[in-house]
Amino acid sequence: MLQETNVRTIDKVVVRFAGDSGDGMQLAGNIFSNISAEIGDEISTFPDYPAEIRAPQGSLSGVSGYQVSVGKGVHTPGDEADVLVAMNPAALKTNLRYLKRDGVVVCDVDSFTPANLKKAEYQTQDPITELGIDPRRILLVPMTTLLKETLADSGLDQKAMMKSKNMLALGVICWLFDRPVESVLKKLKNKFAKKPAVYEANAKVLQAGWDYGHNTHSSLPVYRIDTAASRPGTYTDVTGNTATAWGLILASEKSGRPLFLGSYPITPATDILHELAKRKDLGVKAVQMEDEIAGICSAIGASYAGHLAVTSTSGPGLALKSEGLGLAVMAELPLVVIDVQRGGPSTGFPTKTEQTDLMQALYGRNGESPLCVLSAVSPTDCFHMAFEAARIAMEHMTPVILLTDAYIANGSSAWRIPEAGDYPEIHPHVLPGNVLEGGWKPYDRDEATMARYWAIPGTEGAAHRVGGLEKDYKTSVISTDGANHERMVATRREKIARIADYIPDMEPMCAADADTILIGWGGTYGHLLTAATELNANGHEVAFYQFRYINPLPKNAIETLKRYKRIIVAELNTGMFADYLQMHLPGKEILRINKVEGQPFLVREIVEGVTKFMEE
Amino acid sequence: MCEIKENMAKTYAAGDYKNSQNARWCPGCGDHAILNVLHKAMAELGVAPHDTAVISGIGCSSRLPYYMNTYGMHTIHGRAAAIATGVKTANPALTVWQISGDGDGLAIGGNHFIHAVRRNVNINMLILNNKIYGLTKGQYSPTSDRGTVSKSSPYGTVEDPFIPAELCFGARGNFFARSFDMALDTTKEVMVAAARHEGASVVEILQNCVIFNDGIHKYFADKENRDDHTIHLRHGEKMLFGKDNTKGLVQEGFGLKAVTIGEDGYTMDDVLVHDAHSRENFLQQQLAMMDGHELPLALGVIRDYAAPVYDQEVARQTEEVKASKGYSGLRDMIMRTHETWEI
Repeated sequence: MLQETNVRTIDKVVVRFAGDSGDGMQLAGNIFSNISAEIGDEISTFPDYPAEIRAPQGSLSGVSGYQVSVGKGVHTPGDEADVLVAMNPAALKTNLRYLKRDGVVVCDVDSFTPANLKKAEYQTQDPITELGIDPRRILLVPMTTLLKETLADSGLDQKAMMKSKNMLALGVICWLFDRPVESVLKKLKNKFAKKPAVYEANAKVLQAGWDYGHNTHSSLPVYRIDTAASRPGTYTDVTGNTATAWGLILASEKSGRPLFLGSYPITPATDILHELAKRKDLGVKAVQMEDEIAGICSAIGASYAGHLAVTSTSGPGLALKSEGLGLAVMAELPLVVIDVQRGGPSTGFPTKTEQTDLMQALYGRNGESPLCVLSAVSPTDCFHMAFEAARIAMEHMTPVILLTDAYIANGSSAWRIPEAGDYPEIHPHVLPGNVLEGGWKPYDRDEATMARYWAIPGTEGAAHRVGGLEKDYKTSVISTDGANHERMVATRREKIARIADYIPDMEPMCAADADTILIGWGGTYGHLLTAATELNANGHEVAFYQFRYINPLPKNAIETLKRYKRIIVAELNTGMFADYLQMHLPGKEILRINKVEGQPFLVREIVEGVTKFMEE
Repeated sequence: MCEIKENMAKTYAAGDYKNSQNARWCPGCGDHAILNVLHKAMAELGVAPHDTAVISGIGCSSRLPYYMNTYGMHTIHGRAAAIATGVKTANPALTVWQISGDGDGLAIGGNHFIHAVRRNVNINMLILNNKIYGLTKGQYSPTSDRGTVSKSSPYGTVEDPFIPAELCFGARGNFFARSFDMALDTTKEVMVAAARHEGASVVEILQNCVIFNDGIHKYFADKENRDDHTIHLRHGEKMLFGKDNTKGLVQEGFGLKAVTIGEDGYTMDDVLVHDAHSRENFLQQQLAMMDGHELPLALGVIRDYAAPVYDQEVARQTEEVKASKGYSGLRDMIMRTHETWEI
């Protein structure tokens, strides 16, 4: 059948699904990315949703979007969409700017009613002309009419029928991208296993959508997407927040320390609490406390009691946890704090992404209060870095802040489930019997790491007191001696610095020997890598490195950076990491590409920014 | 599930709970007596020092863990209840004590206090109430009476205080007891009862600050006043007080009345019997709110009602869910509950 139509082969494709929050766009997008991942595509998704739970139907403020990229070399959900699915005039109006110039629109022409057009603030009754869309690039599907025809004999009322509208759109998209309806049916069968009538309705509607696309004989091209060669294994798709929760669980398995989460709901971090609360089935103790402070404090208590203790939050919550973090620094207890960054300051931009908590994580406490700061670079990397955060916390007896962000926390990718042996054992610095018998004191330290021992309540002979007051270096009892305090300050700093001996070195990617290096940290990895790849392909030689370990930096980072003539740091803030690097590289000019719009970078913005610096 | 491991072969003496540090409270401070009684109460309970954790916040009384030979943590201002919740929830086998003053427990830590009580976490919360901030040198606290003159209220406070018992009942507390620093036997009795009660046990210990609020509890704490201005409540016993127990509490309308037995037609039969174990807390609240003036201040265990315990429930639910699913680990859980595909 494909021979009859205009088939185009491409590396990757970006589809943006937009509609009312209740239109099921996320489900449609998610199924599309998953059936693609199953045939070996790389996938990346990004939900863009309003802060209001249910904004008025059909209004401009109520539109939520879900962008999916599938294919080969997919590291981001894409700057712009090849195809926009718009379920109503409001969605069309607000999302058209995310469509490529030669992109295709699929929309529900039945939704173009005078009432909906008014709600979406159109001036005329012809949205296509008003928005200047080329009529050859739009597929006007009478979705509501088709739904009613298809489900006429189903016995469903109109409200129930409308719930399947997303499957009609998905059917059209499957036709457009040469995806078999059967693989979607398999997903729907699982999803509606207990509701066969709902499954039947959705299955019919899906087929109707596919048939409609096929039978219109439209001049639109059908795409065939190349697939990537992924590492063999068993895959599933994960969001960054789920991956974070799972990384902590694996760290618990690999360390033998039970997992405790003390948390308080906050966007966009709450899904970590949700996932770990479900994972009572793996023995996780996840408790919802009365506030952010109680979240970290209960975790500190659990840590003292010998658990791998975690608290999850976002920027405003991290601010509330500052004093608790100071206590964990002083008591030298292992603790993992997950900060899913969002737009700030204050309540700020709660559902949008930013990298503006870096300084708060590094310095947001009273006193000389160093701790380990890490960042995750992608949804799947959240798994790895959550594991790392837990490893470092327990082996080096320190609080660790892991910075993720709304973009990678809510975005998803296909993820290879680790197999036995993929991850190392973790060796928590628990007080061994022979040290205890040798006249142990609570602040005695390991010579190499300078970590104190974790003496767990219940251990006979190891009863001891810790707390927020300064302790004597030798005797571990309260000390008010100034010289001792200075020694302890230096010791706590050195303990964090020595973590550098236990993390990977910096190894630039792309054109590592170029004069110019593009630097990022955290969740901008996909966009920066794609930009660096494009730049090199276009003849601009650029090295690229994304930092995950921020405090301490990789041991060779500063020496490595000194090799480059031009250092460009791109980040979603006004230059926090650039300032941080500048402290370590006095006299060296650090160029900056910054954005604080609550949205991820566009690859184009990075390419243009770097090109400009290189041509100067 | 009883946490108190009594009748174990090994017994402990008060000295086993005491460490070599000299307590640095002011001479004459009520905290010295409370510390000594706590050592004795722990010995009576017989839980090993290494199975005991004492968690405090910030303030004079919060220095207490440093003088214990148990596990202990001197934490940050107001957060002792939240940290103790974490310790106990992580390891319900430990006996966990929280030491807070009236500022630490009820001002900066008020939110954690009410929620720990509401959740019914099995911790023993000792609130050492001297109605003043001592460590910061003499500001009024949330339990200071209206009109209290202090460094931060030179013209007297214009706000009403919390009554810790009322706050505890308001948070649906299941255990409340009261004593004062000079009443050593009563203090030990309520500490032991608090530890034996499963769930959040609030013990208010009225304590004298010799420097900034000396004599604040004098009205009922002085020897000559004590008999007439306090009543020691014991479950199942008549509510009698006064020298030679000649006075009693009787019901009058919806309230209580103090009477002398044999006067105005009141006999021993009219005197109420204390029921600390009843689920209904109406009478217990009335008893707890008596202030020592018209009605005597109530000491001893005022409420002691058994209800589901948070840390035990968390452990039970986690174990049950874990057993019912039977996953061997993370990978097994993912493979059995998530859509996966092979490449």
